[in-house]
Amino acid sequence: MSRYLIGRVGQALLVLWGAYSITYFILYLLPGDTLSIMLSASGMEADSLSVEDLAKARAYYGLDKGLFEQYFDLLLGALRGDFGQSLSLNRPVADLLAERLPQTLSLAGLAIVLSLLGGIGLAYLTAYLRWQPLKKTLARLPSLGFSVPVFWMGLLLIQVFAFGLGWFPATGSKGVESLVLPAITLAIPSAAVYAQVLQRSFQGVWRESYIATAYAKGLSRGQVQARHGFKNAALPILTLIGLQVGNTVSGAVLVETIFARSGIGRLAQEAVLRQDIPVVLAIVSVSAAAFVLVNLLVDLLYPWFDPRITHTPKVS
Amino acid sequence: MNMLEQNLGRKTMSASPGLWRRRSRLQRVTATLLPLLRRPGFSLALLVVVFSLVAAIAPHLLSSFDPYATSPVDKLRAPNLIHWFGTDELGRDLYTRVVFGSSLSVLSAFLAVGIALLGGLGLGILSGFAGGRVDAVIMRFVDVLLALPGLLLALAIVTAIGFGTVPVAIAVGIGIVPGFARTTRAEVLRVKTLPYVEAARLGGASWGRTLLRHILPNAWGPVAVLATLDFGAAILATAGLSFLGFGAAPPAAEWGTLIANGRHFLITAPWVSLLPGLFLVAVVFSLNHIARTFEETQR
Repeated sequence: MSRYLIGRVGQALLVLWGAYSITYFILYLLPGDTLSIMLSASGMEADSLSVEDLAKARAYYGLDKGLFEQYFDLLLGALRGDFGQSLSLNRPVADLLAERLPQTLSLAGLAIVLSLLGGIGLAYLTAYLRWQPLKKTLARLPSLGFSVPVFWMGLLLIQVFAFGLGWFPATGSKGVESLVLPAITLAIPSAAVYAQVLQRSFQGVWRESYIATAYAKGLSRGQVQARHGFKNAALPILTLIGLQVGNTVSGAVLVETIFARSGIGRLAQEAVLRQDIPVVLAIVSVSAAAFVLVNLLVDLLYPWFDPRITHTPKVS
Repeated sequence: MNMLEQNLGRKTMSASPGLWRRRSRLQRVTATLLPLLRRPGFSLALLVVVFSLVAAIAPHLLSSFDPYATSPVDKLRAPNLIHWFGTDELGRDLYTRVVFGSSLSVLSAFLAVGIALLGGLGLGILSGFAGGRVDAVIMRFVDVLLALPGLLLALAIVTAIGFGTVPVAIAVGIGIVPGFARTTRAEVLRVKTLPYVEAARLGGASWGRTLLRHILPNAWGPVAVLATLDFGAAILATAGLSFLGFGAAPPAAEWGTLIANGRHFLITAPWVSLLPGLFLVAVVFSLNHIARTFEETQR
């Protein structure tokens, strides 16, 4: 077990390092002229500067060093929690992140809870119902759920619940009420995924022989579904929660922009608009870290939820 | 659709006696497609997709208005019989803007899926075929790409290579490469060990020929389903990026920019952003429906 643990954590760290390196490569090596992007991000024109000034700026941003030296400087900094200075806001990136992170965490946390409730509830209902037309309609609902763009859903909810009914504030990041609409918007695509997977896995479970046994014991349909069906059908959801973290982070960028909330996602949008390279690098790495961490947790929790799975060495 | 022709075809076929002949490719395609077309949901979905494709290729056929002609008198009109989707803040006909916008949106989705197909098929075939160390290295690379949230990876790429329709399409395409690589690899691994591949090799076919004639056609199905699904996903992702303001520069209109522009008039004129969005939802939902139907018939 401990050997498995060490291996799994090592693998997670390796993936994280790879994600950082790829993002570094994209942001620092892909552009033809990183310096001019950085200069324009901090509000200067590269053309208007003299040669000495350009050299000075190059040294200031650390672009005059060798490729590997630059990379390792940044990597070591990131490991120590220092992501450098934001070009456009002139503040340490780590401070910016720390300031914005609670907003996004509460939004994402609520969205994950809501998506689980909605997705599992919908699939549970679909499996329980026996009136075919309604059952079929409910089974089609998830694929509508992930066909709807997050930003359009957000606008629709604002139109109906903020402007039409006046129940919730349309924008802003103060108070719990302002969290409701963004969280629902963010929850819908993930809920659709959970519902679709759970619906399919219920279909499979109903054919199992232990369901027949449970009926034979004299349990009612509701009891069979709750005690025997659901527990077995719900296992794939656990893996999906880990995978959906990425979608939630992606969605947060859009949702926070629509609802004008000051979180990490909004920061990402602004940073890309100003081509603020260090901020983008930091945000991408932090969200990759969140993804890797949650998936690691899910993997480690699996044997606890499903005792049939043990971490014995397996042939791959 | 072509029920009459189909019936006629069957009659002539049964009328001509003689040797059994292998059905032509066209016949096989119609034989699988016709039962699907009888499902109303599938035909409707196909109609929506065909409509958006026609709109992308020849928008003039579907609308008589000029997408850029402004008329301040007609600004922010609600949907009516002349202006089906209403008009925007400059009095431009929204339906026309959506129709003309589809060329950019559909084109960028095609570009994105094309990149994903090329990259994903290449990586998947290489790693499924080569196995061993090559496979391990490629799959670790794919794992790393999967750990980066799609939109954020796209944002990083857009930061590096600039804004506009084509960079956004490239960024989205690279974001969906890993999924294709995984699916292709899994299929290649499955097909590689089947008896007919061995038979082809024993028959003297080279690896290249085996790959092209025997493995790829049989590994193609799930990849094609994924491509249809990801076409919808690519439309959503490019729309999302252009909604954030990284897409085509005005006055050109992508679906995402249309929705984003309408945001400012949400209180007074909700249709300006909601109706183009509804069209986008219809297209993506249709693509998902088609992909699901294909997936079900393949099993």
